[in-house]
Amino acid sequence: MEAPVPNVETARRSKKDKKLLKRTIKASHTLLKHGGITTASQPTQSVCVFNGGLGNGVSRELLMAVLTEGGAVESLLMPPNKPYSFATFRSVQESQSAYTQCNGRELLCGRNHVTLYCSYVLPVDRGVCECVSLPPGLSVLEDFVSAEEACQLLKAVDWTSHTDDVTAQRELKHRRVKHYGYEFRYDNNNVDKHKPLSEGLPLVCYAVLQKCLSDGHISVLPDQLTVNQYESGQGIPPHVDTHSAFEDTIMSLSLGAKTVMDFRHPDGRLVSVVLPARSLLVMKGESRYLWTHGITPRKFDLVSASTSERSGVVNFDPSDLTLNQRDTRTSFTFRKIRHTPCDCVYTSVCDSQRPPSPPQLPVACSEACQLEERYVHRVYEEISSHFSSTRHAPWPRVRHFLLSLPSDAIMADIGCGNGKYLGINHQVFSLGCDRSVNLVSICRERGFHAVVCDALSVPLRSSAFDAVISIAVIHHFSTQERRLAAVTELVRLLKVGGRALIYVWAMEQEYKNQKSKYLKTCKNQENTETRGNEENVENLEIQENVKNQENVELKTSYTSNTQHRNDLDKANVESSVRQVHAGKADCNPEDNEEDCGKETPTRLCVHTNRTAFESQDLLVPWHLKGEVKAGSGPVFHRFYHVFQRGELEDLCERISGVEVQKSYYDQGNWCVILQKTQPITPPTNPPLPPIAPPTNISPHK
Amino acid sequence: MKLLTHNMLTSHVKGVTNGYPLLIKATEVKVNEVEFNPQFVSRMIPKLEWSALVSAAEGLGYLQDLPSTLVSNYEKDEDFLRKVHKVLLEVEVIEGTLQCPESGREFPISRGVPNMLLNEDES
Repeated sequence: MEAPVPNVETARRSKKDKKLLKRTIKASHTLLKHGGITTASQPTQSVCVFNGGLGNGVSRELLMAVLTEGGAVESLLMPPNKPYSFATFRSVQESQSAYTQCNGRELLCGRNHVTLYCSYVLPVDRGVCECVSLPPGLSVLEDFVSAEEACQLLKAVDWTSHTDDVTAQRELKHRRVKHYGYEFRYDNNNVDKHKPLSEGLPLVCYAVLQKCLSDGHISVLPDQLTVNQYESGQGIPPHVDTHSAFEDTIMSLSLGAKTVMDFRHPDGRLVSVVLPARSLLVMKGESRYLWTHGITPRKFDLVSASTSERSGVVNFDPSDLTLNQRDTRTSFTFRKIRHTPCDCVYTSVCDSQRPPSPPQLPVACSEACQLEERYVHRVYEEISSHFSSTRHAPWPRVRHFLLSLPSDAIMADIGCGNGKYLGINHQVFSLGCDRSVNLVSICRERGFHAVVCDALSVPLRSSAFDAVISIAVIHHFSTQERRLAAVTELVRLLKVGGRALIYVWAMEQEYKNQKSKYLKTCKNQENTETRGNEENVENLEIQENVKNQENVELKTSYTSNTQHRNDLDKANVESSVRQVHAGKADCNPEDNEEDCGKETPTRLCVHTNRTAFESQDLLVPWHLKGEVKAGSGPVFHRFYHVFQRGELEDLCERISGVEVQKSYYDQGNWCVILQKTQPITPPTNPPLPPIAPPTNISPHK
Repeated sequence: MKLLTHNMLTSHVKGVTNGYPLLIKATEVKVNEVEFNPQFVSRMIPKLEWSALVSAAEGLGYLQDLPSTLVSNYEKDEDFLRKVHKVLLEVEVIEGTLQCPESGREFPISRGVPNMLLNEDES
């Protein structure tokens, strides 16, 4: 903390002298403490002026005017944010004269009075000042609009209007905001691309935008405008404009007073850039995607004195620093809505190329529902047509089970997807259920019987079915209770004597010294012909359509799991920086949850496709085939709980009145065939033991 | 939704004990010709809740004088089997709702697909 040197506002002359001496001594001690600077007992060429610093709100110009009354100032060092400055004069005579002029002198800086105190000091090293350059891709074009144009633009913003787009205009905590074209939503840091605002960009903007086009700053006209108005003292937290929301080039026109914008690289580099009035800031490439930008809320900015009217980097050279008082500034930020996922190379900060923030493994039922809604149900709905197009081949052993049913059987497929098992055995009546409306519609189009429902609450008659199957479904439930409830529901549907076939994805992707196809197809395109298993087929498809995506994954350093985990941690830190767009450091709903008092919950890790599983509960990416070009499709994440050996059998044995007839491993899946041996007894399942921590899985040899 | 499916459906609303059969309120019904398979129909009949099928068929106007109680020796009665075939597999509710007889909760049928999802507090 900078302890300000005590300030005397009014004092009598006689008393003042004594006080002055006291204060001078005190001040010299303060200085000693601060910077290891030694005051001299005899007059020198250099004078330290306490309270005459940028940190007290004294500008270079103001102090210089006082000092030059004493003599010619050779240099004036004003260290940033310090309550003192160092003036060096051509001669001791001049410095003595200045000392007399300044010591005890009262200055008026804005509304504050400061009293200057002087000390002679030994020559001060001004240090070497590093020259900083603008972040790559950034430029500031001065006088981009004329004063008249600026006036017209400001007039075009009607802050008083309260039209239908109430949400488009906001008094944010730190500034006033208005949106045109599309609303930027501060709750999810994105735009609703399907809901353009009724108010397009003000017409007066188009002259400016045409100039941007013809000067080559942009190649397409922006369709979104955010107008921010900052009063003196207001700012905007550091952020990167959401990659998935906007195209590369972002332009911001500064009107009104000038300000200083801070750009930060993730490695910690800081570059402060002066944005003069009527200048256009153009951010492209690295400066748009990787560097954060923000405006520190304060009333004065440190700027370079020699180039104070111009744009550029603030070098923080004490011999050239001064203060610039802020005033109302209005910025017009022009952006182009992005309609395809971002494919920039800055993957560590790209929201299109990684999950926003992995959720935590749920404990409570409501959390589990939310997680499954977002990471299972919604994903299947969104990927349904692509998912369906990858689901042709039934798994041989499931097919065998279905063909072994008696011809008068009725069979329910709970979690039927696109219905690939509903048409295997034409003798029996097959009824499908799925959570996804889109997938059930596909079943209907294919002539199958299917309804939309949840696997935990199946609207089918109890004890009516000769067979039920649950293929690759139960691993989508996020708690043990829910997985048990799902199996219990299957059993309820069965007649006594009826059988259930259950498949879940196995954590062990290497069994009896055999890698599953899921692993084997990792770098091997030849295997695409052998389609044995669902997850396998699923991921073969991934492999096929995401050959290019692999490069992306490599770029993201998803090459090794440990690396990946580190990256995720890093990404989380970064996202907390990234997502402070609206002055809320916790815009991310996941981060918003109150963690207080809970044990530190572990976030789910994101699985790297075609590698061994690192934990049982994870998010598995699904790369949607891009319509524009291969490999550029969006990435969805589905929640999976992969089962350990024996876990599925354990689950089944908790249910009374059933018998595990058979359990086996089939191409990366654990499978059981259950038989219902007794009528349903009221649900009196024994309380579950606590979930065992994931044990270290070693591949079964 | 075909009536064979409807015959298997029941209300699953929490607390409901007598949720069968669901009441059909159809706004659009279609009849599509499906290849007649007398063996399949014969095999399905004992699996059905006959009275539920009859009332559903009646509600939609496709009763075709089907008896309210199941006759015996239907396996040989092609005329009967054809009628059952029609109501089970050819009549399809495209738009409408299914209503739980006990709670009154309605489930939409849209484009032929019944949506039986419950809200969190109903299941």
